[in-house]
Amino acid sequence: MSEPVLRVEGLSVVFDHPLGKVQAVDDISFALAAGERFGLAGESGSGKSTLALAILRMIKPPGRIEAGEVKLGNTGLADLDDEGMRALRLARIALVPQGSMNSLNPVLRIGGQIADAFADHGLRLSRGEEEQRIDALLIRVGLPGSVARMYPHELSGGMKQRACIAIATCLRPRVIIADEPTSALDVVVQRQVMATLARAQQQLGAAVILIGHDMGLMAQFVDRLGVMYAGRLVEVAPIAEIITRARHPYTRALIAALPSLETRGALAGIPGLAPLLRDLPPGCAFHPRCTLATERCRIEKPLLRCVDGAEVACHLA
Amino acid sequence: MVPKWPAISRDAVAPQIEAIDVSKRFFGGLGRESTLALAGLSLAIDAEAPSIIAVVGESGSGKTTLARLLLGLAEPTGGEVRYRGTDLRKLTREERRAFRRDVQAVFQDPYGVYNPFYRIDHVLWTPVRRFKLAPSRAEATELIGEALRGVGLQPEEILGRFPHQLSGGQRQRVMVARALLLRPKLIVADEPVSMVDASLRATILSSLRKLTDERGISILYITHDLATAFQVSDSILVLYQGHLVEAGATERIIAAPQHPYTQLLISAIPRTHVARDWLVAEDDTRPGGATLTAEGCCFADRCPHAAFDCLSAPPALYRTAPRRAVACVQFRNHPALPARALGEVLHFTPVVPGAPCDEPFEHSRQPG
Repeated sequence: MSEPVLRVEGLSVVFDHPLGKVQAVDDISFALAAGERFGLAGESGSGKSTLALAILRMIKPPGRIEAGEVKLGNTGLADLDDEGMRALRLARIALVPQGSMNSLNPVLRIGGQIADAFADHGLRLSRGEEEQRIDALLIRVGLPGSVARMYPHELSGGMKQRACIAIATCLRPRVIIADEPTSALDVVVQRQVMATLARAQQQLGAAVILIGHDMGLMAQFVDRLGVMYAGRLVEVAPIAEIITRARHPYTRALIAALPSLETRGALAGIPGLAPLLRDLPPGCAFHPRCTLATERCRIEKPLLRCVDGAEVACHLA
Repeated sequence: MVPKWPAISRDAVAPQIEAIDVSKRFFGGLGRESTLALAGLSLAIDAEAPSIIAVVGESGSGKTTLARLLLGLAEPTGGEVRYRGTDLRKLTREERRAFRRDVQAVFQDPYGVYNPFYRIDHVLWTPVRRFKLAPSRAEATELIGEALRGVGLQPEEILGRFPHQLSGGQRQRVMVARALLLRPKLIVADEPVSMVDASLRATILSSLRKLTDERGISILYITHDLATAFQVSDSILVLYQGHLVEAGATERIIAAPQHPYTQLLISAIPRTHVARDWLVAEDDTRPGGATLTAEGCCFADRCPHAAFDCLSAPPALYRTAPRRAVACVQFRNHPALPARALGEVLHFTPVVPGAPCDEPFEHSRQPG
């Protein structure tokens, strides 16, 4: 493996709350290789979106980064001032936020919104150059160049999401974080958008972090998957390993919760509810919902450790 | 446990709810084109043979329009919706009240339907009061408790709480319990699990299945998700741009879809296979077929099999098997199915163990 493009070390995010400290992201470490597609999966509230925001230093009060560091290439993001961080976002690490297709400015044409990104990052282009670059960008995401002169309301959901990918990739970032980029789209459009993201990523040689809860989508898109539960990574492994022999009972439950198209009656939920982050059970946070839990799971918090090729935080793995 | 509810006399002749060639067109403003949301669909839901019918399609396919028409929330621009044989627009006060009770709705958003200032009890007590479901407070409490237990909730965990104190899955199940209180014949569930976490979907869907199997309530399950439709439904209707493209027994449609659109829908679902064939297959989903004509098949522009015949006339519904119908000219050597006869394909005869059935399948699922 070459030098990682992104390295997250012991990252922790807390939210200060009158009822106590809420640990939304708890001591997360992982590294992203150049051109790699990494998935982050988990139920809602597991901290996956918060982790994405923390990587970009976009956590707002009452949340704060309590510990850890993020290194993008050789740059430690914690050492940058706000202006330096602003310049780096989008240019070197871009986010396609959740529901981003609804975040397009309704009164600006798509081309204008891409031009904004250029101007904001100090790119001085002649009008002709700018038009040319916007055109090339739109073509890269499979949209006709005429979309540049259109307003968001003139586009379908899938087209808007592609326009967002165009904006996210306009400065050729090394890392693209896509937070549930297709959650509001139909399956057919979802596949088109994911193919667009895959093509854009390959052309740029960028790494992608895909955040989501659909294990089917993860199985088909990412190279390596991290599974989060209650703010912690509980399993990190190559996707084929996860699909064929997931080590953590929670990962297995997530896969089983995906309705099958082969056998009927195989629909299984995950029993119980996700725990409250400010009131986590002792030991393994998953033990109240785990069918295999032992006495040790109730007392001792499992740490992420290597088990032939995979990292798992489970006493039983 | 047998519910101690009094039997309601039924008019055995007419189906409970029947849509006869209903269509809905939304008219644009001056000079704008109108949009056909639903084109002539006939569907009968018979209380004698409860089943779950899934209506599947992408956004804009007309599935929510169909739900709104059946619930009487929108008026059809063509055809009619009948309740016990009477057009919904011509119901008397008394009949309308019975309709409002027999046909219940569960909507997509379990967050938006609650008033945050009222306790959960409010949504359960309102129908009890309005429809005078119980003669005394004690019996009403008993009734509410039973409805909640019917969807797998413990009344003591729910009552007295405010909406924000419950999870999305719990709130959605309270909505099903509210529908259940009125002992409906039909529940129209419009995307009931699309806003609920995957881990909770199974619980809600299996509680819907239990209502059909144990209480004889028919359910129209409206969804964009073929996989959950496969898990709970007995039959499936696939809509595309307001047109019925395929209908029939769930297992057969999922195992061997016949309409090119259904085939596309099923192939677009990302699976947890080790084989990564999902993105590779993307190119053939691109529009690139023929140009749409007003009178031709609505799917011709995206169809890999589009031929000249597809552009000249809309395809008829062909009955390719006793329990299957598909609107595609590739199957024109099969007998055409009159639109009104769709019920035969959707199979509304009571499921009697051992009764002859052309494509038998087992209900292997465990209610739980």
